[in-house]
Amino acid sequence: MTGLLASAVLASLFIFALAMALALIRLFRGPSAQDRVLALDYLYILAMLTMLVLGIRYASDTYFEGALLIALFGFVGSFALAKFLLRGEVIE
Amino acid sequence: MTETLELPFWLELISAVLLLTGSLFALIGALGLVRLKDYFQRMHPPALASTIGAWCVALASIIYFSWLKEAPILHAWLIPILLSITVPVTTLLLARAALFRKRMSKEPVPEEISSGRHRGN
Repeated sequence: MTGLLASAVLASLFIFALAMALALIRLFRGPSAQDRVLALDYLYILAMLTMLVLGIRYASDTYFEGALLIALFGFVGSFALAKFLLRGEVIE
Repeated sequence: MTETLELPFWLELISAVLLLTGSLFALIGALGLVRLKDYFQRMHPPALASTIGAWCVALASIIYFSWLKEAPILHAWLIPILLSITVPVTTLLLARAALFRKRMSKEPVPEEISSGRHRGN
């Protein structure tokens, strides 16, 4: 990997980290519970994209499986939290 | 790494532009998440990362690995497909939860669009 792609990967990793910090601000400051759940869901998506970029950086397939797992668990977690906010219990 | 495959310059340029586009759109989404005033407005910006961001990063990954393995490696496509199935479900459920909670605490909520019959909640 020559300079251009390597520096683009590094820059996008930094930008993703900045976006994660901004989402963390909303997570800590969110006035209501649903704001926090939304920020957590966004953090999951950002972490998944970061795993894909890391897979490009280290030229390894394994990161893709991590990204897929993060996507699945993020969906289940956000679904359960939203259901809890809606009903007060996850499984009725 | 024993041997390093060099990408041709145009493929490298395309992947770099795709990666930067995806991450910048994710950053714009995070900025919107912090700066917008109302919760129902704040539900919108995360869609930037889960549509444009995910598509751009997955395309860059597909281009890079396909050149590296010298075969079409399309499995990164699973990520945007999975996101396009799961994100609407969570978004809809979160919107309904927010509406329910705001109505319960007597906060102002957006007006109903449909003029159908009302079923309590």
